[in-house]
Amino acid sequence: MTETFTPSTFTPATRFAVPGRIAVSEQADADWRTATLTEIRRETPQAATFRFAVPAWAGHLPGQHLMLRLTAEDGYTARRHYSIASAPDDSGHIELTLDHVEGGEVSGWFHTEARPGDRVEVRGPVSGFFAWPGDRPALLIGAGSGVVPLMSMVRHHRERSLPVPLRLLVSARDPEQLIYAREFGAETTLVFTRSAPRGVPVGRLAAAHVAPLLAELPPGGWEAYVCGSNAFAEHASRLLVEAGQPVDRIRIERFG
Amino acid sequence: MNVTRGFTGRPRVHNPGLPPGQYDAGDDWPVLSAEVTPELAPADWTFRIDGLVERPHTWDWAQAHALPASAYAGDIHCVTSWSKFGVRFGGVSLDAFLDMVRPHASATHAVAYSHTGYTANLPLADLTGGRAWIAFEYDGEPLAPEHGGPARLLVPHLYFWKSAKWIAGIRLLDHDEPGFWEQNGYHARGNPWAEQRYSGD
Repeated sequence: MTETFTPSTFTPATRFAVPGRIAVSEQADADWRTATLTEIRRETPQAATFRFAVPAWAGHLPGQHLMLRLTAEDGYTARRHYSIASAPDDSGHIELTLDHVEGGEVSGWFHTEARPGDRVEVRGPVSGFFAWPGDRPALLIGAGSGVVPLMSMVRHHRERSLPVPLRLLVSARDPEQLIYAREFGAETTLVFTRSAPRGVPVGRLAAAHVAPLLAELPPGGWEAYVCGSNAFAEHASRLLVEAGQPVDRIRIERFG
Repeated sequence: MNVTRGFTGRPRVHNPGLPPGQYDAGDDWPVLSAEVTPELAPADWTFRIDGLVERPHTWDWAQAHALPASAYAGDIHCVTSWSKFGVRFGGVSLDAFLDMVRPHASATHAVAYSHTGYTANLPLADLTGGRAWIAFEYDGEPLAPEHGGPARLLVPHLYFWKSAKWIAGIRLLDHDEPGFWEQNGYHARGNPWAEQRYSGD
């Protein structure tokens, strides 16, 4: 080892919301665990919630995801990252809400084949970057199934009666496509892009939706979490920046 | 082996170019950056190499383009399990930049960092020998901002989170220092053929 150059942990001159919000357990990550499907609940024509019993689940924070693996008889495997929908609790269960993706081999299995008692494998939770421990005011913006990790945060906020403010902006094509429609409360603003209930305007997420939330100016400022397609994430994050949200207080999860 | 009842999966295609656990994303090129896509014009872009080098240096857009052009045609692999085949990037081999700064013999690792503050750590050996590029073009067109334009690091033999978008610089070190995803539980090296996805793999 040379003494000519001894940096402390290298940090670039510009920073975004580094580092992760939590330390990630390296051991829990490494193990595949059997998850047994216990319940299927339909949310919309395209989306359903799948509840699993996962013995020895390491626990998660709202916003984290896991990797799920299905194995065919010939040993072929398919794996996908999915956000966790349920709030952390000690029930030994977790929930995922999955869209039925056209031609999707994993979501297709869940939506056409899966039934309670089936077993899959999961690994995680993974990544602390999009996690919300419940410590900072949270401004959540999601579209379509992008609402899933945000709902974990909303549920956590309610179940623990957390004192920090939390606001949710959800964009859906129409009321029929709105996941968790019955669960939203006063914290939520709904945006419908194609058709809306009577008396509710139709239109894309806009500066007018974001401005009143940023104007609330909670102590310490908002930590913003954006989740959805790449196109939505680009649009929503640009609106946030233009409205004055610091770029290093915006965390983005894009669906690939 | 824990067989999933009723799961058959997509038709088996023997593809020796597909690392374990990956699937062919076809024409899709998902964007998975965790930060806001920066508005970075070529005129504002710079790239610096420093740390354990004889002559730290910063290139601007024109100076970087004055180096010999070099292309990559091949495949890329994302840790989220998609792979993309037959991509074509244009840019400059990282060797051309490293030749100018002359790394010290003590340099073993690197931290690549972006104009957004994103970081990724790599062994220096993965950045030399014609296996890493600074890429400006994709498929003959300027690299799109959401894919890291105007310039990104390209290290296609490792999972793609190592190929830092909006590349601002590389610092050479005599030790490994975890970057953004590596601090969030991902593997220090990220070799797709050894399926090094998470720390512990």
